[in-house]
Amino acid sequence: MKGRDVITVLDFSRSEVERVFEETDAMQRALERGERLDVLRGFVMATAFFEPSTRTKLSFQTAMLRLGGSCIDLPPEELSSRAKGESFADTIRMLDAYADVIVVRHRLEGAARFAAEIAAHPVINGGDGTRDHPTQAMIDLYTVRKALGRIDGLVYGVLGDLRYGRAARSFILALTLFNPKKIYLISPPQLASRPEIIERIRERSIEYEEVRSLHEVISELDVLYVTRVQRERFPDPMEYEKVRGSYRVTAESLKGAKPNLVVLHPLPRVDELAYDVDATQHAWYFRQASFGVPLRMALLKLILRG
Amino acid sequence: MERELRVSKIAEGTVIDHIDAGRALYVLKMLGLTGSEGLTIAVVMNVPSKKLGRKDIVKVEGVILRGDQVSKIALIAPSATINIIRNYEVVEKVKVSVPPLVEGLLRCANPSCITNQAGEPVRSRFHVVSVRPLRLRCEYCGAELSHEDVVSQLVGGRE
Ligand SMILES: [Zn+2]
Repeated sequence: MKGRDVITVLDFSRSEVERVFEETDAMQRALERGERLDVLRGFVMATAFFEPSTRTKLSFQTAMLRLGGSCIDLPPEELSSRAKGESFADTIRMLDAYADVIVVRHRLEGAARFAAEIAAHPVINGGDGTRDHPTQAMIDLYTVRKALGRIDGLVYGVLGDLRYGRAARSFILALTLFNPKKIYLISPPQLASRPEIIERIRERSIEYEEVRSLHEVISELDVLYVTRVQRERFPDPMEYEKVRGSYRVTAESLKGAKPNLVVLHPLPRVDELAYDVDATQHAWYFRQASFGVPLRMALLKLILRG
Repeated sequence: MERELRVSKIAEGTVIDHIDAGRALYVLKMLGLTGSEGLTIAVVMNVPSKKLGRKDIVKVEGVILRGDQVSKIALIAPSATINIIRNYEVVEKVKVSVPPLVEGLLRCANPSCITNQAGEPVRSRFHVVSVRPLRLRCEYCGAELSHEDVVSQLVGGRE
């Protein structure tokens, strides 16, 4: 995997994703033992977040520092001065001259792929528009594997904004590298998965069904992936008010679920996932978030050292 | 119909055959031919064809197509054959083909695609998902162009 760009999760094969997971296990053990690692000593990672995200950026930076590497970051002033002239392309060229790996987040779709074409060093997509968030998708599947011991043969529910939400989209794409028993796509019709995602699921002969409410399918699920239905996506506020209740997950809405149902959420959450779920045995999302650092450590090591 | 075609046989120029029925005028428009150039142009539409059921044919006297024009024709009429005529004889016959990648020719329909960002040195790039019906997918953002989108860009863009 040395030297590889990470633009979409589909750039990886199943066995490569599993390789990342094994390395993540090793990183996690090292973190738990309090080991000081220096496998990336002398390496520099640049973060270029053209769209704010505290969690993802801090998680990448922590991963790099935990491996003995160093970080440089494009400061917010620089992002605003971009408006006065310098192109994204030239900014990436500059970072490519300074760093061994570049992590990019951008509001435009395809920005990370474009950056990877410009940069000689590997580029990791930290989220591009409504499209991909490959490291998040790996963290999500890693959590499933950790919680249930496998990814294959399970029934998944993906709930919320499947159209514009890159976390949900990337999670579904990542699932298509494996053999899930069934995927329920749970969303209001306006926020249903895009045709290319459905096509990908079909190509892989994975059973799926689009449904309108969690209630219909909750008892069948092994994994429930929750994302937010945003008010801004609804031109008519009445429409939003009508559907929001059906896409809000509470302890009550999980009644009837399998005892070992795993609830995931990419965080941060607003009100789509109620606090009363935190105390249930289903709440895996804080552990999921905690896997961000070891998984990104694993990926950085594999990309920079092999 | 055969007799009529023979009547309009041309001395030198291009015959574009096996155009999907109904698309001959798009082909002409895309080539920038309006009829006011003074060239002899024959358009035959909806004639029976073994291969396509029905087809259109365009003949243009005195014009030999360039390579970039040929690749655009492929996107509008993927089964077309282009015959170059000299001295009443076909001297070259080319079957157009839709290339696996279409670069720089078309615009992505997604306004938040990086390729639509002004001031960035990036060319559009689509890969061909299917030829019939024509479907192109943006390599950057994944948005698709249908045959209608492609026709309206190639034909509308000439005006
Ligand atoms: Zn695009």
